[in-house]
Amino acid sequence: MSIPLETVRHIARLANLEFADEELEVFARQLNSILLYIEKLDELETQNVQPTSHVTEMRQAFREDLIAPSLEVSEALANAPESKDGHFAVPKVIG
Amino acid sequence: MRDLLHLTGHELLALIRSRDISAQEAVGVSLDRVEAVDSRVQAFRCVLREEALAQAREIDSAFSRGEDPGPLAGLPVAIKDVICLAGHPATCGSAILRNFVPSFDATVILRLREAGAVLVGKTNMDEFAMGSSTENSAYEKTRNPWNLARVPGGSSGGSAAAVAGDMVPVSLGSDTGGSIRQPAAFCGVPGLKTTYGRVSRFGLVAFASSLDQIGPFGKSVEDLARTLVVIAGHDPKDSTSARIPAPDYPAELQRGMGALRIGIPREYFAEGLDSEIRAAVRSALNRMEEMGASVEDISLPHTDYAIPTYYILATAEASSNLARYDGARYGFRADAAEDLSEMYRRSRSIGFGKEVKRRIMLGTYVLSSGYYDAYYLKAQKVRTLLRTDFVEAFQRVDLIVTPTTPTVAFRFGEKTEDPLEMYLSDIFTATINLVGIPALSLPCGVSSEGLPIGLQIVGPPFGEGRLLSAAASLESNLNFRARYRPKDLDA
Repeated sequence: MSIPLETVRHIARLANLEFADEELEVFARQLNSILLYIEKLDELETQNVQPTSHVTEMRQAFREDLIAPSLEVSEALANAPESKDGHFAVPKVIG
Repeated sequence: MRDLLHLTGHELLALIRSRDISAQEAVGVSLDRVEAVDSRVQAFRCVLREEALAQAREIDSAFSRGEDPGPLAGLPVAIKDVICLAGHPATCGSAILRNFVPSFDATVILRLREAGAVLVGKTNMDEFAMGSSTENSAYEKTRNPWNLARVPGGSSGGSAAAVAGDMVPVSLGSDTGGSIRQPAAFCGVPGLKTTYGRVSRFGLVAFASSLDQIGPFGKSVEDLARTLVVIAGHDPKDSTSARIPAPDYPAELQRGMGALRIGIPREYFAEGLDSEIRAAVRSALNRMEEMGASVEDISLPHTDYAIPTYYILATAEASSNLARYDGARYGFRADAAEDLSEMYRRSRSIGFGKEVKRRIMLGTYVLSSGYYDAYYLKAQKVRTLLRTDFVEAFQRVDLIVTPTTPTVAFRFGEKTEDPLEMYLSDIFTATINLVGIPALSLPCGVSSEGLPIGLQIVGPPFGEGRLLSAAASLESNLNFRARYRPKDLDA
């Protein structure tokens, strides 16, 4: 199977990434060769196999819902590229 | 003057504890060595000179007051730059986090400090721990101290090279598909990937959450045991950390080799394995037999399916974990975006490097509508088959021994053009992460070109004690550190 360039462009949009056309072609070629390799899994019959989502079969970890100290607003904003009035500032969302 | 440079971590700790040397001397030797050789190796992203010396002074005064500053008192330790240290950048080898300064310490950092370890710096790595050569770092090009024209392995290449280059006796790395064991093998030092859940990941920047684990590099297996006992154990801040008490790993070393049953999976010795590596591992196995172990052939029949499974699950998880880098709350933001979605797109496209984008794309593809069953679900099912292989094997044997890598350290640029070929350097290590079990790489010889060869010992879940004791026995039998030494730095 070979994924068309248009699908690769669609995936890039889903991933919030943009590429120049020539870059996109290189990616498409590499993704195709990786996917071809991955298709090896089709050799295995897995109809009745349970999927593994957690290797140590642990249960959900619950704790008491207690109030504990957390980051100060100023600390939380310390790495923000832009902040205003105690909030993260970003370009307009709706045009 | 005593040769402090070549001591192991536990030898250094003993001298500090007996007050033959001060913590300040021990840390000074480490910092001076970094200054003398790291311009050539480039293992470090940053060095915390003043802070480390101040911490060492405190340890010395605690000793003077008759207090015990902890089991790692005065030990210089380096930290992979994917682990958060409050007040210092954690770049993860990525341009997108160039200016990111965490406001909190990872749990492993708190535990190391409480034990008296002195943090001397942060080490270079493949961007977001994705790679097998450290060539994917947006910053330095870290070199292998055994041969500066070769890669140190990756993704924890800086942490491995820092120990191999005698800059620190112990460092921390993280391992998602081999990122501790493969550079340990390439750099000729012991390195341990722990059982999933053994060490808290709070403060470890996530790559693939069902696979990532933190673990130590050291100059000796005992160094690994002494570090692990400090960092292991349950942490309420990491819901995946296991509620299983950590045994006294240094004490476990006394168990020796004994009558252990060692399994040799035939699939790991198939064609494509470098003949010198095969011979070195076989010869180490003979030593284990001479020491009382019994060796038998076993089969792990799904081995060939591990790398495809790994690259579906790891990239799917990465595409999801790395969605957080959007230029809004921290990290790089591209200028002059017209609206929010353009800001996301441009910040990510400029901020991420090639391999990271490739993996985000692959991960997004395998998770995208219509493909989930064919890729992600299929891979999770194959993961069950891989686990079953190991469950069955561990009913017959106590430990499994394989080569750590199919080749010795390669040259810069040798595998950067073909991502698939780079992925295959993790062929013996990635399975272990999928199964969630512990494994250790131990240097067992050198190639005809003088490059280290690593042997991997694999244990059952939470079997680190037995793993370390067998490795320590083999280590003293092979005597690698006394026989071989990297020459490129002191020539």
